[in-house]
Amino acid sequence: MDELMNEQEPVIDLKNIWAGYEDDLILEDVNFKVYKGDYIGLIGPNGGGKTTLIRVILGLIKPLRGEVRVMGRSAQAGRRYIGYVPQVPSEDKIFPATVWDVVRMGRLGQKNLMRSYSKDDDRIVEEKMCWMGMLDYRDVAVGELSGGQRQRVHIARALATEPAILLLDEPTASVDPEASNNLYELLRRLNEKITILLISHDMTAISAYVKTIGCVNRRLVYNRQKEITAEMLEQGYECPIDLIAHGLPHRVLPAHHQDDK
Amino acid sequence: MFEIVKSILDYEFMRNALLAGVMVSVACGLIGTLVVLNRIVFLSGGIAHAAYGGVGIAFYLGVDPTIGAVVFSLISSIAMGLVQRKTRQRADTLIGVMWALGMALGVVFANLTPGYKPDLMSYLFGSILAVSRFDIWLMLAVALLMIVLVAVLYNGFLAISFDETFARIRGLPVDFLYMLMIVMIGLTVVVSMRVVGLILVIALLSIPPAIAAMFSNSMWRIMLLSISLSILFTVIGLIFSYTWNLTSGATIILVAAAAYLLTFIGKSLWQTKRLQK
Repeated sequence: MDELMNEQEPVIDLKNIWAGYEDDLILEDVNFKVYKGDYIGLIGPNGGGKTTLIRVILGLIKPLRGEVRVMGRSAQAGRRYIGYVPQVPSEDKIFPATVWDVVRMGRLGQKNLMRSYSKDDDRIVEEKMCWMGMLDYRDVAVGELSGGQRQRVHIARALATEPAILLLDEPTASVDPEASNNLYELLRRLNEKITILLISHDMTAISAYVKTIGCVNRRLVYNRQKEITAEMLEQGYECPIDLIAHGLPHRVLPAHHQDDK
Repeated sequence: MFEIVKSILDYEFMRNALLAGVMVSVACGLIGTLVVLNRIVFLSGGIAHAAYGGVGIAFYLGVDPTIGAVVFSLISSIAMGLVQRKTRQRADTLIGVMWALGMALGVVFANLTPGYKPDLMSYLFGSILAVSRFDIWLMLAVALLMIVLVAVLYNGFLAISFDETFARIRGLPVDFLYMLMIVMIGLTVVVSMRVVGLILVIALLSIPPAIAAMFSNSMWRIMLLSISLSILFTVIGLIFSYTWNLTSGATIILVAAAAYLLTFIGKSLWQTKRLQK
């Protein structure tokens, strides 16, 4: 799918997005561009519009105003290039599906609803499970896994769609701190091949691994920079307190990230 | 025991009842699994009760009640499905209203029907004596249709049951699959009407998958186990109902509920024991 896109064109492009309800705006005049190879962490408080932003990007809700382009198309046409990793839902716990079943759902699409999975599908599923270190668990029910393991299964499922962009919603919400660090390390390696956008309220972990950071709280502040800028704070977007407390000391990033762009 | 079974099979109405029980079990096992996994037991209850409106209207018009129930159930299930999907709030309230409205229509239209009033209770609680040849063929058709639809669209149903948002992003026709599932519930409910009745069908939809889900970690295993359990409950229920002259539908449900309770207790005890080790 890379050839579909001009390198200079953003893979996700939000222009003047307003979303929510006329009398209850959730996003205001959001402008946001994601380019190929990016690894962006967007932080924001709960209720700051993170979920709405994700739903707008995925074309699940229509913004009141503004334009969404994903891979140069409308959100609904472009979203199939996005590997979406939802916040690990607790409903998984009782759902009768094995790790293999869940990751294989990534191979389902518009065109193959009625056909069975091919050898190619199985190979891709196996590969993604291997990447995520979940191959040994292929026949285990998802409900029996820990939060961190289920998160990996959901990432493997998203990767099985062979996406251009990986979009993660609160990837560490139900994951313990150690598993959370492993997860970010894993994402950092994945970023060598794939564009990553993750959205979270937990900024400590994000800032140590992502390439660039932004903040969403009704408005979105993002300047393709590695640290929380004075501008973000100055403009008074009420980013969460721990962003200010912990964000700045973490701003030094590994050297091999510096040469990017 | 063998004597009872043999004497049961001597009667044509009992053979029909058993046949009906098996086919209804197939449809209920497949659809019930989807109902339980999608957490739409309440919606299914609404569809089942509202179908009574079709029975009443059919009596009034002098049409076969089963046909009336099929038509009415298709319309009401689509309406309820849309309410469930499209209204952001109060979907359960609206479904509750439609649930009661359907039943009320059934009762009033039956009142308005002049002359002989057939036993309307049999539609609510089931009646094996009432299983006609036409009913049997309809059950067979519905059971086969459910097998085909579930087999062909299995992956799609699994995907929307597990994570609808992801399925939508992947381009699956989520709304179509969902509405199809609702219509399948409507059809299953109507063919189950004769065996367990409209009020009790909800138990046949939910109990076997609930038991099966305790023992399997894949949807198709739950479906197969549900069908088997449902057949077992129906046959045992019919034997009890014949032996002690009890209403068939209620007896079947009591057998199913007892099995559910025992399985639940048994599994809890076993788990506690395992934890103590």
